[in-house]
Amino acid sequence: MTLNLIIEQVLNGCQLGVMLFMMSAGLTLVFGIMNLINLAHGSLYMIGAYVAASVLAATGSFLLAVLVAVPAAAAVGYAVDRILLRHFYRRSHLDQTLATFGLILAANELVRMIWGATPLAMPLPSLLAGSVSLLPDLQYPVFRLVVLAVGLVMAGVLYVLVTHTRGGMWVRAGASDRTMAAALGIDVSRVFSVVFVAGAALAGLAGVMAGPILAVQVGMGEPILILALVVVVVGGLGSIRGAFVAALLIGLGDTFGRVLLHPALGSMAIYVIMAALLALRPGGLFPSHA
Amino acid sequence: MLDNSQQTTLRPSASWSGQQSLRRLAPVIILVGLLALVPVLAEGLEQPFLIRVFTRVVVFAIAAVSLNIVLGVAGLVSLMHAALFGLGGYTVAILAEHGTTELLVLVPAAVLGSGLAAAVFGLIALRTTGAYFIMITLAFNQMFFYFFVALERYGGEEGLQVFAPLDLAGMALGGRTTIFYLCLAVLLAVLVAGTRLVDSRFGMVIRAAAGNDRRVSSVGIAPLSYRLAVFVIAGAVAGLAGALLVVSQTFISPAEMSWVRSGDLIVMVVLGGMATVWGPALGAVVFLLLELLLSALTIHWQLPFGIIIILLVLFLRDGLANLIGALRSGDGGRGHD
Repeated sequence: MTLNLIIEQVLNGCQLGVMLFMMSAGLTLVFGIMNLINLAHGSLYMIGAYVAASVLAATGSFLLAVLVAVPAAAAVGYAVDRILLRHFYRRSHLDQTLATFGLILAANELVRMIWGATPLAMPLPSLLAGSVSLLPDLQYPVFRLVVLAVGLVMAGVLYVLVTHTRGGMWVRAGASDRTMAAALGIDVSRVFSVVFVAGAALAGLAGVMAGPILAVQVGMGEPILILALVVVVVGGLGSIRGAFVAALLIGLGDTFGRVLLHPALGSMAIYVIMAALLALRPGGLFPSHA
Repeated sequence: MLDNSQQTTLRPSASWSGQQSLRRLAPVIILVGLLALVPVLAEGLEQPFLIRVFTRVVVFAIAAVSLNIVLGVAGLVSLMHAALFGLGGYTVAILAEHGTTELLVLVPAAVLGSGLAAAVFGLIALRTTGAYFIMITLAFNQMFFYFFVALERYGGEEGLQVFAPLDLAGMALGGRTTIFYLCLAVLLAVLVAGTRLVDSRFGMVIRAAAGNDRRVSSVGIAPLSYRLAVFVIAGAVAGLAGALLVVSQTFISPAEMSWVRSGDLIVMVVLGGMATVWGPALGAVVFLLLELLLSALTIHWQLPFGIIIILLVLFLRDGLANLIGALRSGDGGRGHD
């Protein structure tokens, strides 16, 4: 394996990692605060991608596609939470799993009815479509670098919001002990609503970013959801810091697993990582609940 | 965490005797008896494809009944049951590809393979509880799924066809009717064994641990080893169901072991009712017939199907078996039977 190939794969792995972080940040906080398993989180990612593909096809502006798709995913997330999921905060995990499973089936079919069964293409504007030369003999697509940058900026923004603001303090307090936080006068359910919508927006943004790289198709949310769940489990439920570290670990592990090993084994690499880590630390890398 | 209405009435193992056992088995006998009429009716109505449809129903009923031992009795929400089911199927298909056609070898191999996988991955997953357990079993399910998708040697994403005719004890396996009754006999055996298991001392510990783990530990029983045993037994039976799937349709593809299939199995269990051993078998029948009906009405059947699942969780939490029980006795349907 040459040095160039290693650098390229490290960049690919980090890019997958930041995408996974955008997916798992919402997932882990929603679980941490409300004890809610939302399997339909991947559907918000799919909706973000589809709305962006439509806007891009109509206007040709990628920026406009982002500006419409992200609020659209947030709005859908808000509606789903208010109409359906709020009935499930206090229900068992089995009920939550089943209800959001039904939601995935319905969401996939709705998208198929609106946009059709054939995958959509998201052609990039010329500014983002080319490659740049990072090193002699190392060409890397501009858009992938943009995804990496967006992901890192989002991680930075989230870090500052969660660790250095009053609102972030409420979020952390809610995630580590909801009852105690509520007793101290924090309106936990409002904090949760904000977190849920922000998580939906991030999932939508991840969908927009994935659109040009992967195919925009029905069911695209499920593979990334499973990876995001692995991230959440490895990082520790409710921990943003854990999600970030785990997302990079899983992103790199998945990328190198596929390059270095037989495909059948490479696809198992991250699950082996997960199993090994859980055998050592059943609560994840950074458990937020004591 | 789990609706523990079924854990509140612990029966001693002595209840397995005489009249009471007959009463407890009555729904099983009625259900299997009705299913046994299917080939006769199908031939009479000149709709022989129904035999194949119902063979699939019976196979999934076996898988759902085995999942309920984990889900309803032990209170563990496992999303890797489809993987263990599919693993059984692949064991049969791959061995058949290499020239083994004797069911008396193939089926035990599938049972052993799935049981072993359940032991290894159950041991890891059972270190965790609650939401972690759900997510980890989901991840393990997809690990198996992607493994078989990437396994080009055995068909990859396209799946694997069994071309060799299979034998049972040296004799050629008959037509679809024979295979249907073979599967139905297995379902009956699994239902009877399941009822005995739940009523046994072993089953009582499992139910007690689902209700209050700490109390079980404090009387000197290690719940983990019991849970693992249940997980392995259920996994082995799932492998048996997967083997029968391949025997009946001579084909297996990774789609049969995707996590969506695990979700389907959980819906069957909850739809039928977790509080009885036979409820999930009824759930499988209703689920697959509903799927067939909706997909005949519209290509967009998954939309009403998803909505039905959500409504089921909201309003029919105790399942059909309980609804039947409530209608029959008018006691509110909260009992264990």
